[in-house]
Amino acid sequence: MKYVDEFRDRDKARTLLNEIEGLVATIDIARHRPIHIMEVCGGHTHSIFRYGIEGMLPKEIELVHGPGCPVCVLPMGRVDDCLAIAERPEVIFTTFGDAMRVPGSRKSLLQAKADGADVRMVYSPMDALALARKNPGREVVFFGIGFETTIPSTALTVLQAEADGITNFSVFCNHITIVPTIKAILDSPGLDLDGFLGPGHVSMVIGTAPYEFIASYYRKPLVVAGFEPLDVLHSIWMVLKQIREGRAEIENQYSRIVPDAGNAPALQAVSRVYELREFFEWRGLGSIDHSGVKFREAYAAFDAERKFTVPNVRIADPKSCQCGEVLKGVIKPWQCKVFGTACTPEVPLGALMVSPEGACSAYYQYGGIKRQAGAA
Amino acid sequence: MNLMPRLRSRPLGRVHVPTVTLAHGGGGKAMKDLIDDVFVSAFDNPALSPLEDGARLALSAFSAIGDQLAFTTDSFVVDPLFFPGGDIGKLAVCGTVNDLAVGGAVPLFLSCAVIIEEGVPIALLRRVTASMAEAANEAGVQIVTGDTKVVHKGACDKLFITTAGIGAVRAGLNLGAHNAQAEDAVLVNGLLGDHGAAILGARGDMALETTIESDCAALHGLIDVLLQAAPRTRVIRDATRGGVATVLNEIASASQTAIEIDEARTPLRPEVKGFCEILGLDPLYLANEGKIVAVVPPDETEAALTAMRKHPLGQGAARIGRVHKGEAGRVTMQTVFGGRRIVDMLVGEQLPRIC
Repeated sequence: MKYVDEFRDRDKARTLLNEIEGLVATIDIARHRPIHIMEVCGGHTHSIFRYGIEGMLPKEIELVHGPGCPVCVLPMGRVDDCLAIAERPEVIFTTFGDAMRVPGSRKSLLQAKADGADVRMVYSPMDALALARKNPGREVVFFGIGFETTIPSTALTVLQAEADGITNFSVFCNHITIVPTIKAILDSPGLDLDGFLGPGHVSMVIGTAPYEFIASYYRKPLVVAGFEPLDVLHSIWMVLKQIREGRAEIENQYSRIVPDAGNAPALQAVSRVYELREFFEWRGLGSIDHSGVKFREAYAAFDAERKFTVPNVRIADPKSCQCGEVLKGVIKPWQCKVFGTACTPEVPLGALMVSPEGACSAYYQYGGIKRQAGAA
Repeated sequence: MNLMPRLRSRPLGRVHVPTVTLAHGGGGKAMKDLIDDVFVSAFDNPALSPLEDGARLALSAFSAIGDQLAFTTDSFVVDPLFFPGGDIGKLAVCGTVNDLAVGGAVPLFLSCAVIIEEGVPIALLRRVTASMAEAANEAGVQIVTGDTKVVHKGACDKLFITTAGIGAVRAGLNLGAHNAQAEDAVLVNGLLGDHGAAILGARGDMALETTIESDCAALHGLIDVLLQAAPRTRVIRDATRGGVATVLNEIASASQTAIEIDEARTPLRPEVKGFCEILGLDPLYLANEGKIVAVVPPDETEAALTAMRKHPLGQGAARIGRVHKGEAGRVTMQTVFGGRRIVDMLVGEQLPRIC
């Protein structure tokens, strides 16, 4: 398949892996401990497991699977709020597929649907808006979730609803932003991260400039990476090359999709509809300043949190759950006390086990090989 | 095949209304007319036409083939009822025929029970029963007994069909998932995932237009050819719900072996590949309705492939992997990229990823 197969070429992968092995042999850190590279984005985590990339890398490289899976970092209290809205009889609650299984303190959306709530899976917020048009007697709520990748599409949908005078459409906004979270991770004590693979789709919207502080202040290399397996290997090679040459820069491997300046119309739509929240709670990471967005006053009519009363109760993560430490790369998924026992994809306790982009779920489904071989 | 004593034919009732109502499930004349006009006239065969409570079948039909009966049942609730490459009726016949055939049985007779939501057009039912009749005719099986229920609006989604099937297992065969042995080859008879992709596409809720058609087909002819070419075949399974990945896990688990497949040898239509790329689905878990997974001993592999490729339903037959002595129950895949990963059972339904 054109534009896909070229990026999955096994011979090119071999060449890159040889280069990577050569570089690793000349990097000082690797003599004392593994080189830690965090892939921030869940899409990368998925590719890494889907193609078995971790097992192909030299053992001196350890990939740390970061917080970039929006489903995984959604706290239980927010899921409960979302259920409170979804269970109202007048509401048609619309959501992306993989948010269906995220556990709240009582149940998930999938269970609420089985109990009679009108929950429908959509592929775009525009589908939800179309439902609102078709069902003027019902309230259609869209579960707005995701990083800068999906924020523009919800913002544009709200602008469309405003232009069309549709009043029975609203968004339960759980959109989050990645940059403050990377900063929070870099500020956590005891982390030995040597470089980052930057999120490709987020960067397509925000460009590369927002990451500059990572290079200038924290002195860490970040390479904005594409999602095909060769993209991932190439980006790892670019990070290693920076480490080897003592550079800390923001580089763009995914330039075929990501313009350095980002996407201006998308950013304008976002800032017209949304503003930063003072703080937002992340599952496993706690509250992070300015890491979420909320509706501006002018668009309050589209804010499901204001339209419907929600319990807004903060629910602590289960005590046994070590999602936070996994997210920060302090422990590997299988080192968590409940991994594969109390917490499985079937009955997920922590959110990292829910989505295929969650590190724990990925390890559980795809990952055992390298670990069993004792290499990791 | 005339296995039944001919009975005196009786006049068949006719339906004169456009839609099914609760009256058609009431047990009276309306129901009799519906059954006669829509079902009996379509399925027409000597075992069905007396409309006794049960069909009576001569044992000689079975004992001529072998000394074991095969008996299976399956329910069909597909949405939409009509999709590119098939419909619920064809599916209900082929699905049950295939469940018999993969066990090495010659499929002979089917039952057909339908649950109809009131308000369904009679014309729709006729389309479905015509399709069932055609599929049964092609497969050489007879629909010999059935049942009709009509339920209130909303109590079911338009039409549900349950078919059961009986057949006779060919003498000397003992196919089963527990039989797989190290070094056996894992074969499939063609392109994977077509049915699942066709159904998802036909539902129309992701605004993706595809030309993918369901592979829905009765496979007993192909299986016949395979078993003649490779008589020591260990396992045959049809890769329906859960796709090839699920079947492989079941085989590895039942036989306490490991299976490794090669992604590069997995036959996929470019459209299905693209469809899965866009939606974040894994084609290995997509349903098939005309595909088998067969495990055959190494010395019969070539013969099996050659024979299947000569059959219209096996032209794309391929060896996708092998059984080995690794961790019992484990299925792995050599990826196109050169890595290796685990292919596990799916927990629930595949849910598309956000980004």
